Amino acid sequence: MQLKRISKHFGEGEARVDALREVSLEVFPRQVVALLGPSGSGKTTLLNVIGCILDPSAGSMELDGDLVLRDGEWQRSNLRRLRLDKIGFIFQFHNLLPFLDATDNVAIVQQLAGADAATARKRASALLDDLEVGHRKHAMPAKLSGGEAQRVAIARALANSPRIILADEPTAALDSKRAGIVMDLLRKLAVEHDATIVAVTHDEKIFDRFDRLFHLRDGRLVDG
Amino acid sequence: MNLAYRDIRHNLGRFLLTCMGLGLLLGVVLAMIGIYRGLVVDALTIARAPAIDLWVVEANTRGPFAEASRIPGDIREAVARIADVTAAGSVTYQTVEAEHQGSKLRLYVIGYELTRPGGPPEIAEGREIARSRYEMVADRSSGLTLGERIRLGRRTFTVVGLTRHQVNSGGDPAVYITLADAQKLQFELAPPAARVQLARGTSGASLNTVNAVVARLHPSASPDATAATIRRWKHLAAITQEDQEAILSRSLVDRARRQIGLFTSLLLVVSAVIIALIIYTMTMEKLKQIATLKLIGAPDRTIIGMIVQQAMALGLIGFTIGTALIVGVKDYFPRRVILEPDNVAVLGLVVFVVCLLSSGLGVRAALRVDPATALGG
Repeated sequence: MQLKRISKHFGEGEARVDALREVSLEVFPRQVVALLGPSGSGKTTLLNVIGCILDPSAGSMELDGDLVLRDGEWQRSNLRRLRLDKIGFIFQFHNLLPFLDATDNVAIVQQLAGADAATARKRASALLDDLEVGHRKHAMPAKLSGGEAQRVAIARALANSPRIILADEPTAALDSKRAGIVMDLLRKLAVEHDATIVAVTHDEKIFDRFDRLFHLRDGRLVDG
Repeated sequence: MNLAYRDIRHNLGRFLLTCMGLGLLLGVVLAMIGIYRGLVVDALTIARAPAIDLWVVEANTRGPFAEASRIPGDIREAVARIADVTAAGSVTYQTVEAEHQGSKLRLYVIGYELTRPGGPPEIAEGREIARSRYEMVADRSSGLTLGERIRLGRRTFTVVGLTRHQVNSGGDPAVYITLADAQKLQFELAPPAARVQLARGTSGASLNTVNAVVARLHPSASPDATAATIRRWKHLAAITQEDQEAILSRSLVDRARRQIGLFTSLLLVVSAVIIALIIYTMTMEKLKQIATLKLIGAPDRTIIGMIVQQAMALGLIGFTIGTALIVGVKDYFPRRVILEPDNVAVLGLVVFVVCLLSSGLGVRAALRVDPATALGG
């Protein structure tokens, strides 16, 4: 994943706010990296640009060898499909759909990509087994513990074998022991799935689990 | 994977309660439509009962229902002799209050000649009047039963037959008695009053007065032409059956009909607003889930499908509950509630359109959700 001079501003004139200023970075497959910085530094904005859900003002971006953004213009007309095929998301509060059981929460991503229900459920079941929550595959999200829900959310992020996994505060809702377990799991999955993991975090106790730390301040990359 | 179904199943109790609330509201709308239809049909029932073509009434009146009408009873003979008239009968109409089981019972008394037009349309139970005096055919809605005796004026009548749904425009149950009995009931003075009239020298008034003469025409005859012939006599008015029905529905019950019609329209508007609010609220409660769905790659059609299907399910189940409720209780209303299939179908269509339009509000809100809102707390 390669970002070149990504900028993003909101508003114009005196109301203009520069959320990102010419951010460039490169991350390789199997790397687990963190975006760090104080509140308002541009971490989430950058995560949204990488996740193709926010239009940057300028810059270029290559994902999995595919130039998806050039000079601030998206090169793909269907960004939804791009997200579905190449990007997985892990959320701070898991964001599991409350009306689907664990298996269907994972299977839905594959079904949205075109897989038939049986195939999707079979792979979802295998992923849940791999993540050691197979015994909870029929449980509704409300019945899952925080750790179980996070594993189901990780399984969902992996369902379409994405090349990039974006994680928004993946350990914020977990205690330090579980946070360590989740980070080890993400590292393992990055290697197994040949994927890049980019996480936004404030959680200092897991900084040592990342391959690289990118520090942002006032929209600029100041260290990384 | 049907997301709408899964979401409904997940919150089944709450969804069904919402449907039930909507069902009650739609039930009230249906009841109002049924009351409206019942009012119109009731207004026409008595006029349609004798199955005649022409009403001959007092000159310059639109009697006998919209205005009072009194004509001599022997007019019937004159009407019967007109070309194209196949049968004619004299009738009287009056409302009386009688004592029944310790309370007042309002009855719409119809007097008719036994072998001529003007009698009850169909006997549901018992028999027609066979004796010339003191027998009565009553409508079931009066609460009278076969063999029961009831006092009208100074005479006691025995119920020998029962009809169904024979009420006047005010909802009072109709009872049929012979013309002679009806004339005495309506025109005969009580003995003290008769003595007063005798003392004044005005006792010679004839009892042979009727409210209208009804006539059946030959199938090939023109009611308008025959009515025109009768009007030429100057001292009589003739109203065709079609005109009589128009008078009843547009004049006699017009205000009540418009009142109920307006109230029904208001209820429909209120229902539409409530349906829209329910669907909009259901969508707003799911914005985070919708944002997550969009973020993980769900196409707009998946999200639109979920909202529209839920709106349709809400409307369909609510409408079914409302219809079942009113069908179940309509016979307990004091006045007739008539639910005709086309009325139910039209309301169903209205609910469908309202749900579709209402889901548009929810869809609009859902499509404006930024997937980025799924990120962060």
